[in-house]
Amino acid sequence: MEQSWRQAKGLFAALMSAPLVWLVFFFFVPMAIVWLYSFGENRGLIDIAFTGTWSNYAKALEPLYLGIFVKSLWVAALTTFLCVVIGFPVALAITFSPDKWKPWLLLLVMLPFWTNLLIRTYALIAVLRSEGYVNQTYRFLWEHASGLMTLIGLQPLGTFQPLELLYNNFAVVLGLVYVHLPFMILPLYSTLDRLDRSLLEASLDLGAGHIRTMFSIVIPLAGAGIASGVLITFIPALGAYLTPDLLGGTDSQMIANVIESQFKRANNWPFGAALCFILVYLTFIGIAIQGLLDSSAKKRGMA
Amino acid sequence: MSSSRHMKSFGASRRSLLQGLGAAAVGISFGGLSACSQGASTSGGEGNKLNFYNWADYIGETTFADFKKSSGIDVNMSIFATNDELFAKMKTGNSGYDIIVPSNDFVERLSQADLLLPLDHTRLPNLKNIDPAFMDVAYDPGRKWSAPYTWLVLGIGYRKSKMPAGFKPDSWKYLFDSDQFKGRIALLSEAGDMIRLGAKYLGHSVNGLDQATIDKVTAMLIKQKPNIKAFHSDDGDKMLRAGDIDIVLEYNGDIAQAKAEDDDIDFIIPKEGSQLNSDNWCIPKGSPRPDNAHKFINYMMDAQASKHIFETILYPTTNAAAKALMPDSYKNNPIIFPAADELARCEYAAFDASKAQVYEDAMTKIKAA
Repeated sequence: MEQSWRQAKGLFAALMSAPLVWLVFFFFVPMAIVWLYSFGENRGLIDIAFTGTWSNYAKALEPLYLGIFVKSLWVAALTTFLCVVIGFPVALAITFSPDKWKPWLLLLVMLPFWTNLLIRTYALIAVLRSEGYVNQTYRFLWEHASGLMTLIGLQPLGTFQPLELLYNNFAVVLGLVYVHLPFMILPLYSTLDRLDRSLLEASLDLGAGHIRTMFSIVIPLAGAGIASGVLITFIPALGAYLTPDLLGGTDSQMIANVIESQFKRANNWPFGAALCFILVYLTFIGIAIQGLLDSSAKKRGMA
Repeated sequence: MSSSRHMKSFGASRRSLLQGLGAAAVGISFGGLSACSQGASTSGGEGNKLNFYNWADYIGETTFADFKKSSGIDVNMSIFATNDELFAKMKTGNSGYDIIVPSNDFVERLSQADLLLPLDHTRLPNLKNIDPAFMDVAYDPGRKWSAPYTWLVLGIGYRKSKMPAGFKPDSWKYLFDSDQFKGRIALLSEAGDMIRLGAKYLGHSVNGLDQATIDKVTAMLIKQKPNIKAFHSDDGDKMLRAGDIDIVLEYNGDIAQAKAEDDDIDFIIPKEGSQLNSDNWCIPKGSPRPDNAHKFINYMMDAQASKHIFETILYPTTNAAAKALMPDSYKNNPIIFPAADELARCEYAAFDASKAQVYEDAMTKIKAA
């Protein structure tokens, strides 16, 4: 029998107080301070005066910074899209794998979390760099192919040119997809695993092919999982900092890198705070859109 | 050089170490918290403790044990990764540290912000060991706030075998204003250093830049961007060694280390001159143990103790007495100790509170272009 929290107010209050205190003191209060900074101005080297100015936001909306926001949104969107495209088949494969394999496959998905992000990123640098593992393999194949071609009397391939895999936007997106893929696979898996298999059988029995079943049955039913996966991939990707900093080239800065330089190097906390909060507002908008889609999907489901 | 301030585990530089610890939001609101407990432990007198806030890999292996033997004081060392991190922690006040090691411009910044304790020279007799060239410096006239430790100079590190025969990249031009090494160039991602050195190339001092010059440098670097492979976070020596690039803006100490392991690498100070940096011993205001701190600084400048440190860290020393005790491979290394006429063309960058924002904006513009 379902019990409403109203029937056990004391217990509810006792259970909620600790997380609430935690949330207020370690989330709302610091965020409120940063929010206040965003309406402040530097006074000398140390002090920030809360003057209620909008100048920080005005500066943040200059074309230079707007352009960086747009670029960050674009990179995050591309990352999320690639995570869906790659993550969906993986989640589906895990769902349909034998039961005794599932825990091991899920473990493999989660394994990267056991290692620090910095170490994983440096590992990626070692893989991608001009004389890294990818290029060494490529070179090995190139030289052997070249040797083979001379052997059978064809022109050799010419001099080897390493692939430019690191220090560009490709590396940033690759790094972001690599880091965020588990965030996409896990919610997708949990949705797909609860899917009623009889619906798939019905679809196949009624003459739909596998591809039609996938797009007309599986994907619509997994909508909630896709939406939550998209959200928890997109938001951290939008605020990505380490990946563009270490893997990016000369034009790979994202908004978090600008925020970092304003707080640290430029010592302009008010402007950094304004940029932070614009990012927060963008996140809120993202969540609101997801909420709207969710409720309209529910309505459609009811109808 | 086996280890240095700029060399970190996993090949990270001092800056990326900070990033890795997730401390991106350094000190937004908790800057001082972690250190509070350390400051509270004094109970009358100074006790035999000392809290030392240092760069990583920037002290001798047995220095603390030796210091304890001579003074009875236990040193408790914590590590910071950037001057900005240090400043953020000092800014919140009451950090509990007794000794910090800021670079020259941050000595100025900290002293202007009234965050340092003046040094008492009568308690630092070993100042006599210091090379006089480092005693009266523009960033701290008369050494009121700081005692010298190491110094560095920015220049061009390059791979000899990738240069045309007999060619030396002896001008900033090859980094800032030429497509000769297209796609094989890495510059530093420090906004201030980039703009100042660009101005130096255009014939200005690194100090007192006007907006027109800054705009000119910005335009020059935007134009040069297609030729640049990356803005590195002080790990340009690694990129050079790994073959990612052939020519890089780096510190002499880092390139000297790379050269020790790969003789195909060399370093040059461009003919237009360059920028000097220097790290210094300081006592923050509110230090719980200023007496112990003076004893420590004096010991650090002792010839034997200093020799031991520089044998480990292999940075250019400011300590003439210690340098005299060092082997020739260190003393006569032209990368660690460039010729006097080359150094004469180099300047310290003064701290300019109004410029930090301008430099960052310029760099953001360059990267966004």
